[in-house]
Amino acid sequence: MPSLDNYKGQNPAWCPGCGNFAILKALKDAVVELGIEPHQFTIVSGIGQAGKLPHYMKCNTFNGLHGRTLPVATGIRLANHEMLVIAVAGDGDCYGEGGNHLIHAMRRNINVKLFVHDNQIYGLTKGQASPTSTATDKGGMVTKNQPFGILSEQLNPIAMAIALDCSFVARGFAGDMPNLKVLIKEAVTHKGFTLIDILQPCVTFNKINTYEWYKQRVYHIEPEYNPEDRIEAFKKALEWGDKIPIGIIYRNHRPAFEEKIPVIKNLPLVKQSFNISKLEITLKEFL
Amino acid sequence: MDYSIKIGGEAGQGIQTIGDTLAKVFSRSGYHVFTHQDYESRIRGGHNFFQIRFSDKPVMASREKINILVALDKESIGQHEKELAENGQIIYDSKTLNSQPSTQNSVDIPFVNLAVERSGNKIMANTVATGAVLGMLGMEMDILLEIIKDTFKKKGEDIIKANINAAMAGYDHAIKRCIKCTFSATPLSKPKMLIAGNDAIGLGAIASGCKFYSAYPMTPSTGIMNYIADKAKDYGIIVEQAEDEIAAINMSLGASFAGVRAMTGSSGGGFALMVEGLSLAAMTETPIVIALAQRPGPATGFPTRTEQADLNFALYTAHSEFPRVVFAPGTPEQAFYLTNKAFDISGKYQIPVFILTDQHLADSQWTFDGFDLSKIKYTDYRLRGDAFRNLSEYKRHAFTDNGVSPLGVPGDARHLVVTDSDEHDEEGHIVEDAATRIKMVNKRFFSKLPLIRQEIEPPLLYGHPNPDIVLTGWGSTFGAMKEAVDRLKKECKIAMLHFSEIYPFPSTKKLNYLKILREAHAALCIENNATSQFARLMKTETGYTFTGMINKYNGRPFTIEGLLKEINAILR
Repeated sequence: MPSLDNYKGQNPAWCPGCGNFAILKALKDAVVELGIEPHQFTIVSGIGQAGKLPHYMKCNTFNGLHGRTLPVATGIRLANHEMLVIAVAGDGDCYGEGGNHLIHAMRRNINVKLFVHDNQIYGLTKGQASPTSTATDKGGMVTKNQPFGILSEQLNPIAMAIALDCSFVARGFAGDMPNLKVLIKEAVTHKGFTLIDILQPCVTFNKINTYEWYKQRVYHIEPEYNPEDRIEAFKKALEWGDKIPIGIIYRNHRPAFEEKIPVIKNLPLVKQSFNISKLEITLKEFL
Repeated sequence: MDYSIKIGGEAGQGIQTIGDTLAKVFSRSGYHVFTHQDYESRIRGGHNFFQIRFSDKPVMASREKINILVALDKESIGQHEKELAENGQIIYDSKTLNSQPSTQNSVDIPFVNLAVERSGNKIMANTVATGAVLGMLGMEMDILLEIIKDTFKKKGEDIIKANINAAMAGYDHAIKRCIKCTFSATPLSKPKMLIAGNDAIGLGAIASGCKFYSAYPMTPSTGIMNYIADKAKDYGIIVEQAEDEIAAINMSLGASFAGVRAMTGSSGGGFALMVEGLSLAAMTETPIVIALAQRPGPATGFPTRTEQADLNFALYTAHSEFPRVVFAPGTPEQAFYLTNKAFDISGKYQIPVFILTDQHLADSQWTFDGFDLSKIKYTDYRLRGDAFRNLSEYKRHAFTDNGVSPLGVPGDARHLVVTDSDEHDEEGHIVEDAATRIKMVNKRFFSKLPLIRQEIEPPLLYGHPNPDIVLTGWGSTFGAMKEAVDRLKKECKIAMLHFSEIYPFPSTKKLNYLKILREAHAALCIENNATSQFARLMKTETGYTFTGMINKYNGRPFTIEGLLKEINAILR
């Protein structure tokens, strides 16, 4: 069985107090408790503070381009569906630059676990608005490069995911690590695409959505709540402001994309050997 | 004997079906065949044509003169009547066209009425026309009937019978009516293989063990995806239509990272979106093959036409500095073998390799005696299974003598496979230090490059070994140049230098092409673009300047006569 020691990676270059530390710890605890060894999974990450996460633990890693985690993760899963594939991205990375890929990953229901470190701001580029920043007229911030305030509406990734019938939609909070660990474990064992939007305070640039701000608002979704009721899930998704629900908001049981591809029904693509002999027959088709 | 048949009509009238069927009849009869298509960016209407040339000698480009024009619309007569050769004939159906050609050399054949009378369905008018062409040529019908049986096997006996009746009706009618026909085409020996450029690339990918192809549809590259998708089940390949080209290249890189051979393809506009992915492939040293099928730009340009103006794009695009290989096949046969070589080199050196083609090559069909599968190279360069497990230590980007670090398959061993788009250390983790940066650039670029250079074959010299006149080109101008040499070789010492392995630029060790060029009186660089991109590359790489340039940039390929005219104008 793997232990936390197996997962010690490089020293993080995040700001002290960053919400990312808790996400990293929750993820490590989750894989340890699930008995998954470092070589048995791959983390695909993009660019931004979240993108650095796989370097701070032990696992196969493809730290690719900004916004492009999901297509790379999709390619890995299609080539080897026995490999657990986790994608970590930030809010700018996934909801801004990579928005199109997110829509289509949900449509496909590729069995990739997406964890979005949502700090409602751009950290690595020093404090610009992100797709999930609150509009200034609704109490949001004013940034250096949005001199008239944030004019665009805040994206609601949870509601968008439910609209796209994403097969697992949850919200976590970096200030509630035990709960986040449970959500990650649920996502990893779910068969299909999973989104966990993780509220993650940026201690350096986001002076509004602080630990304190979130702590006053987040609450655990009631145990009697049924995440398989899509209409109820929409209602839950629209809760934001004084009360912010955390937990599994929506779940369905659509078959994963990989399960529907006949050529990998018996064996992952990467395990299939190549035989040129059939080609003689194919060549005859041109006669 | 050297005949050209042109089938003209609106999109949606079935021009391609007639053309494909006739081409197959000729190739199965043992003739050398060349077909090319000229179509508009629309599904219905407009004016399109399909041109077939067949001969008892090798043919590899289109001619301007037409022997039989199958006119399915009025426009065909208006536009192409003037292209008729002396013995040329037009066949048409006056009832559907509501007009008649001005020339006496025409035969009115009621395609639609014969279809309705003999097969009960006007949809078979095209089969009537196909039969009529064979009647005009005085060919036997057995091969066409065989093709009809193959094509409609799944649709049942009734459909087969109806099509045979329609074909025979057209055939008999043409024999009776075309008194002035002087054509003669008796079958030759062995059937030949008939294949288009796109299919040859797809086939080459399959023959190279490609397991993953992701792309977004874009003319003229879509045929590659179609061909591979058609064979996906037989060969265990995943073909995924991505949401955009950015996803296409990133998915292919993901699949390649996970341990399978992967490819993507597009045309210029789509490839523009892939550019950051190209540089990702370079930084992560992930093998990938990219088919770039050129069409005229900028922007949307001429979506269905041809140009060779993306050479610079393939050579120089993507930020920073890294090695890449660019192949530009001139024939479907070259496309087949070079696609295989692309996979081999890409896997061996963990670099991106381009197949640079264009609409002309993508859509034109050629005949060959066959492809030799014993020439196909398949070496699995990856570290898998026990070989990976038994290593005591593994670093994805380890420094080695040749710059190539073993590429492990993630999950096959307890060793971790880590890579990064950031500059990284040997293990694949992010670094910021200058010393590692220098070592990594040296590894990726300077260590690999001399080895990659050695893989590149020299241009093909065809014609006189010490020519006075040299026609130089690359990619799809091959056919027109080669036939031009054949036409002129009795008059002068002439040769073609055709470059299909363009970058890294071939050395002169195996063939001193620079000596040949320098000793010629006239060395012409022939390109389907406006700015002589290859001639500039030659100048940059070797310092050599061609004595003259021939450029064509109207979106159409060179014809033999057109090229000869340009050559004569320069030489005179």
